[in-house]
Amino acid sequence: MIGAMMASSYNEDGHITVSGPGGGTLRSKKPENTAFKQQRLPAWQPILTAGTVLPAFFIIGLIFIPIGIGLYVTSNNIKEFEIDYTGEDVSSPCFNCSQSFSWNSTRPCTCVIPFYLEQPYESSVFMYYGLSNFYQNHRRYVKSRDDSQLNGDMESLLKPSKECEPYAMNENKPIAPCGAIANSMFNDTFELFYNDPNGTKVQIPLSNTGIAWWTDKHVKFRNPGLNNPNLTAAFQGTTKPVNWRRPVYELDSAPDNNGFINEDFIVWMRTAALPTFRKLYRIINKTSNMVPTLPRGNYTLEVVYNYPVRSFDGRKRMILSTISWMGGKNPFLGIAYITVGSVCFFLGVVLLIIHHKCGNRSNSADISN
Amino acid sequence: MTWRSPLALLRDALRGQRAREKELRNLVSNLPYEGLEKGKQPNRHFPGNAIKTTKYTLLLFIPMNLFEQFHRLANIYFVGLAILNFVPVVNAFQPEVALIPICIIMALTALKDAWEDFRRYQSDRKLNNTPCLIYSRKEKQFMERRWKDVRVGDFVKVFCNEIVPADLLLLHTSDPNGVCHIETANLDGETNLKQRRAMSGLCISDPEFKPESFDSLVVCERPNNNLNHFKCYAEKPDKEKVGAGIESLLLRGCTVRNTDTAVGFVVYAGHETKSMLNNNGPRYKRSKLERKLNIDVIFCVILLFAMCLVGSLGHFVWLQKQPGVPPYLVADSNGHLDSPGLSAFYMFFTMIILLQVLIPISLYVSIELVKIGQIFFIANDIDLYDEETDSRVQCKALNITEDLGQIEYIFSDKTGTLTENKMVFRRCSIMGTEYAHKENAVRLAVLEEPEESEEDVIFNQQPRPPKTGWSLDSEDANPEETQHHHCSRRKSKVAGNAQSDVAFSSPLETEVIPDRKLLQQISRAESSSGRSGSREMDPYLEFFLALAICNTVVVSMATAQRRRMSVFSRSHQASNPPDTLPNLAKMSGSLRRFITSWQRKPKRNRIFSEDSVIEEDHFNPPVKTEGSGAISGLQTCSLHAPSQDGKPATTSDNLSYEAESPDEAALVYAAKAYGFTLMGRTPNSVTVSLPSGKELVFEVLDTLAFDSVRKRMSILVRHPITKEYVLYSKGADYAIMELLGTPYAEHLCGKQKSIAADTQRHLDCYAREGLRTLCFTKKVVSEKEYESWSVNRQRALAAMENREELTMDTAVQLETNLSLLGATGIEDRLQEGVPDTIVALREAGIQVWVLTGDKPETAVNIGYACRLLEEEDLVINMSCKNTLACTSILDCALEEVRRYSNDPRNVDTTPDISLVIDGRTLTMALSSDLQERFVDLAKHCRTVLCCRVTPLQKSRVVKVVREKLKVMTLAIGDGANDVNMIQAADIGIGISGQEGMQAVMASDFAISHFKHLKKLLLVHGHWCYTRLANMIIYFFYKNVAYVNLLFWYQFFCGFSGTAMIDYWLMIFFNLFFTSVPPIMFGIMDKDISAEMLLGVPELYRMGQGAGEYNFKTFWISMLDAFYQSLVCFFIPYIAYRDSDIDVFTFGTPLNTISLFTILLHLSIEIKAWTVVHWVIILGSVAIFFIVTLAYSGTCITCNPPSNPYWILQTQMADPMFYLICVITTVVALLPRYIFHVLRNSIAPSPLVQARHLDKLDPSTRNQWIKEWRSFRGGGQGKRSGLSTPPSPTLEMPVEILPQSPTASDITGDEFTLNVITENYQRPLHT
Repeated sequence: MIGAMMASSYNEDGHITVSGPGGGTLRSKKPENTAFKQQRLPAWQPILTAGTVLPAFFIIGLIFIPIGIGLYVTSNNIKEFEIDYTGEDVSSPCFNCSQSFSWNSTRPCTCVIPFYLEQPYESSVFMYYGLSNFYQNHRRYVKSRDDSQLNGDMESLLKPSKECEPYAMNENKPIAPCGAIANSMFNDTFELFYNDPNGTKVQIPLSNTGIAWWTDKHVKFRNPGLNNPNLTAAFQGTTKPVNWRRPVYELDSAPDNNGFINEDFIVWMRTAALPTFRKLYRIINKTSNMVPTLPRGNYTLEVVYNYPVRSFDGRKRMILSTISWMGGKNPFLGIAYITVGSVCFFLGVVLLIIHHKCGNRSNSADISN
Repeated sequence: MTWRSPLALLRDALRGQRAREKELRNLVSNLPYEGLEKGKQPNRHFPGNAIKTTKYTLLLFIPMNLFEQFHRLANIYFVGLAILNFVPVVNAFQPEVALIPICIIMALTALKDAWEDFRRYQSDRKLNNTPCLIYSRKEKQFMERRWKDVRVGDFVKVFCNEIVPADLLLLHTSDPNGVCHIETANLDGETNLKQRRAMSGLCISDPEFKPESFDSLVVCERPNNNLNHFKCYAEKPDKEKVGAGIESLLLRGCTVRNTDTAVGFVVYAGHETKSMLNNNGPRYKRSKLERKLNIDVIFCVILLFAMCLVGSLGHFVWLQKQPGVPPYLVADSNGHLDSPGLSAFYMFFTMIILLQVLIPISLYVSIELVKIGQIFFIANDIDLYDEETDSRVQCKALNITEDLGQIEYIFSDKTGTLTENKMVFRRCSIMGTEYAHKENAVRLAVLEEPEESEEDVIFNQQPRPPKTGWSLDSEDANPEETQHHHCSRRKSKVAGNAQSDVAFSSPLETEVIPDRKLLQQISRAESSSGRSGSREMDPYLEFFLALAICNTVVVSMATAQRRRMSVFSRSHQASNPPDTLPNLAKMSGSLRRFITSWQRKPKRNRIFSEDSVIEEDHFNPPVKTEGSGAISGLQTCSLHAPSQDGKPATTSDNLSYEAESPDEAALVYAAKAYGFTLMGRTPNSVTVSLPSGKELVFEVLDTLAFDSVRKRMSILVRHPITKEYVLYSKGADYAIMELLGTPYAEHLCGKQKSIAADTQRHLDCYAREGLRTLCFTKKVVSEKEYESWSVNRQRALAAMENREELTMDTAVQLETNLSLLGATGIEDRLQEGVPDTIVALREAGIQVWVLTGDKPETAVNIGYACRLLEEEDLVINMSCKNTLACTSILDCALEEVRRYSNDPRNVDTTPDISLVIDGRTLTMALSSDLQERFVDLAKHCRTVLCCRVTPLQKSRVVKVVREKLKVMTLAIGDGANDVNMIQAADIGIGISGQEGMQAVMASDFAISHFKHLKKLLLVHGHWCYTRLANMIIYFFYKNVAYVNLLFWYQFFCGFSGTAMIDYWLMIFFNLFFTSVPPIMFGIMDKDISAEMLLGVPELYRMGQGAGEYNFKTFWISMLDAFYQSLVCFFIPYIAYRDSDIDVFTFGTPLNTISLFTILLHLSIEIKAWTVVHWVIILGSVAIFFIVTLAYSGTCITCNPPSNPYWILQTQMADPMFYLICVITTVVALLPRYIFHVLRNSIAPSPLVQARHLDKLDPSTRNQWIKEWRSFRGGGQGKRSGLSTPPSPTLEMPVEILPQSPTASDITGDEFTLNVITENYQRPLHT
């Protein structure tokens, strides 16, 4: 595309060339007899016929089917549990909470959801919250953030980018973090209890670190005022997003998980690609090899119900899932590989037949048909 | 300069404008006004000689260039979208970023324009500052000035070999006859010298030229670009008008040759000169493919609008469905949310911006680049290079390369295109007696052999004759001695230089071995006419005099040097001895003498003695003529002839003839062979030396130049001895025969009648042999008659209005009652490889038409010789005198042809039908009411020969066929008479041959031989077409496939116009990652090897008609693009559904997948993988990963709010990424792959079969090609490969109509539908 302009040198000046008799160049105009200029470069000329592509189809079939089986088995070994706690239904424990809507209600509404895990979860368990019908990928929503502010830039902190509007300033104070994404941050909290058969209710420890990308936490997101331990001072002069209950420097008690580098915040800021999505909330780390991380039995999920979803017909879920090398549970890929592999294999057979019927003709160059 | 009121200035400017616009301009000399201020100058209104071809000025470059660039619709579209992106409510990307692509493109274009303009500026400056001489009244001499100082009304002096600075009216030359030779190679490429004549009597030029004495008013026409036409007259103070035409105009850019100095009066300067007015830009033609492409672009626009509408409506519905105000709906800065309707309306424009790539703007740029690459390869083809003239194929039109692959009709000129246009004198008929020139024929046959040794042998065989009378030393006592001397010298030279042919006249043309019988006849005639002393010249002598005189051949000596130099410099033979040409000429001059003396020496001696007697007794020597007080013109000529020519002894050997058409030269050489040597020509005289050695100086009274209406030329001379006014004419037989003294007139004796009949018989015979025929006549004009005619003539010449018609009328007036002298047959040999090429072209499904000015017999014969017509063909001859007959013949033929081709019995046995039609019939057939029928008939014919057509008819035929049949046409020709046709056809091809460069100048491609057409069309045409067609289809596919990913995503982001790929990466994707492979594909892909394409011309048919790029292929590729984009989007979508994937992390595999899909798709289409292909494809993949990794590794916050930081790195660490990429690519490409495989296996197209053959080793391949071809009907070029066993029903047409293939049928008002088998001899070397 670029070269086009350079190379198109029209010879449009039909100038009279001033040259004396015999003053022309002595160079012959004979073209060079090189393979490139004469278009005779040695070339590989594959012809796609049944005969030549047969092996490719069988090979694809032979490779894809085992991969598919492997993927399918792996996916099946992943255990996943999902609870919808939206509370649309009157019988639902969260029905009451869902009816009252307020971003800033001072009295949190809590609902308790009991559930039963039929299988023990052996390895580390990832706890997700899931939202559906939430268009985090809306063009104007996606843009509504200021990356330099989140990167700790003092100037942007006090003068957020125009993209953040109308969530850039509140009461003449800059909002930190600014923008619609931050403003609409998910603020339900979960607590998980194991109901021991002996009647005791054991709280399961949830780790809130390691849930964001390492690069996000250490490179992309930084608190303002370089390593200033006093976050409150660093955020001086800014105000909290309208929908938030606490300012950004009070998100967590741990200093390395507070402010912009709060991992829940970072996870939320990574806008989901599709309207139905899940985001990692906590990790239940495997404690020992002897005991499963989550044994079979009854559990109780305590949700502090804050996040309103009725404005967009959304649903909220809590998901518990083990993971493997291929991530979460996803039988589709395995099935796809098996299907494509089989189709290729089948096509290979068809082509073999075709090759036997027509192949001789095309190869023996009876081309005048 | 004194102050003048603005009003006066304005008035002056208006007057100047009027003066420039007027039909006629009045110019006076500037000299009386020298030194006066500008306002008083009489010629101030006319522009000066400084030229400026630059488009821009330094200050205004940017605005002007932008203005220029915005003439391209594509740029406006681009910029319009970029501006739209600045509107906050609709923008899809960051506004600044969206400007980048258009800025890059426009900046590069501007850079290119600036560079080109700078080069133009430099060359302008160089030209403007070239020194020249302008007369100054003050200094009383010519002063050195610059070209830019030359003004209209100045007197400019030009020296030999200098370039004329402006259009000059020639007033004075150093030549005593007022002649100046110029070479116009700079203007039209013609290298032969042209004579210009000074206007006499306007200035005192004795003894020295005095411009001050110029007091006439020069009235000339408004400047125009016709290089061969100029009208002007000079009005002296006494109101006497002297007319002048192009023959007195020195054109700017020409080079003065053979003349020491020339002085002219500037009539046009600077941009008004003819050369500058001819200075047009490059030709722009739009190819068929591009026309089709534009329709598809409109489809793309419709598609784009449909998609945007879907997006807009979708957004509306989505907004309507929202129960409340969700947190992801972001209000504007005032906190106000637009209503769904308004949002949907804005969304429409956002979608246009987002999906803009759907309209393949970069396609136009890529096509341009691809064509440049294709032209590079065409121009560099060594097979299309001509060693002899050191010329490659020239591509003048840059944008119609692919049309070469779609040609269905070829219209070819005959002379110079199919034939060499190297005219060789073969036979002549004088006074009804035929002289076959057998020895000459033998010599030609041997000469044709390429071996040098053979040539040597011939020359050695010939013993030396004694020198005949014309040279001073001819009466040497010992002729034998000189003979040996000459012979040995010549032999060595010839052996050494046999290959270094002169550019124009090879020995083939210059040497004629005289017919023995004729030679005897001449010597007898000479002696008898000498003895009788009658005023009546012998017709034999007259015939040869006419041959030598009746032409416009210029004799030159110094030019020999010039020509040879150019030849040598071109062919690298710097070491050649410099006297090649003189020797060749010498050799040819003496050639005829060998044989005669060798055969009959004693006899010859006798003739000699007689010759000398004649000389003394009857032909007055020049000295005597002078003494007897002949007219002044003659006097000067004979006086100056020696000084001009140098020593007589050297003249005849050094003679070099420069003719405008090669047959003139051939005739002069023929005359020379019989001793009638043309020694010199000035506007007023012709000097001919007779066999007796005597030089006769004829006063030329007028030359009636050749034109295509009269088809003859005449020259009116005054015989130096008899003092008769004699008009010699020569011309086409039909143009001459009807002007002979009316055959039924009583004064015409029976003998004369039979001469005419005999000659006509010989002419027909010549024509059947494929010779070009010319008739020679003589007419003695009485003094009274001449005087009255002369007055008319002068009046006609001075006329400003209708000068051409008037002069032609006067010519016709004089050319009556001619008496026939004889006729000549000149052979125009077929070019090498013509039959082969024609057969191949026809097998390729191309219909070849030949349009020629020759007689039908000649044309038919050439038709057989070059295999345009085959023995078993059905040839329809159409020749009729009135429209009624023409109509019935057309209807009849059409019915026959239809019945014949519709008859199921004849499916396999139909002989090909050919049509021969003459000019007069053609005019009727092309009239609007018969046009349809003619075209219908022609459609059924495999070959059409149009004879005796005028240039205008040629172009008319091309236009009619092109418009009525809607086919791709190609016209090929070499002469000025083909220019119309070349311009009328879709592709015009010029052959840079013997007849100047006009055809080449008008053409789109210029080749040096007809045979090159084969490779140009069959190989390059096919390649260019398939490459470009596939490239364009691919390009559409590529854009749709990529853009649709964004479109599908809209269904999952509320139709909000989100792009899941970083905008920079999207730009890079189009700019770097996927732009080079299709361009390389368009330039370098090679589906079938050149050998195969040449071996099996049928493969060419693939490109004809709709070709590979048609409605079907376009929509199939669009559907495939839709399918692939669906796969590329939805497989990752399902795989990542309900996961924690974020926008760009989701977009990265999509981007990667589409890169692989797009490149692998191309890989399926690429037919031949060379190193370049591998490098570019793999390089593209590598660049994608390198650039994307680098970009997402370094850009943390550099491109807010989009942020792809570390995303590809994360993805590449995830096995899922690879698994998804692999399966998606496989699924996306599977259908196309399968489609190709199945098509190639089950129903392979001929192209695939040919590719199979291509893989075999060369010898086996050739074997197969041979077998294939024999299976296809013996290579006879039958349509669609029908086998053609010898037809038993061949006689059928004979039963239908009486067969009478005699000449009378062809010329008569009849029509024959017959199978011409052995009616014509086949004398040509095929």
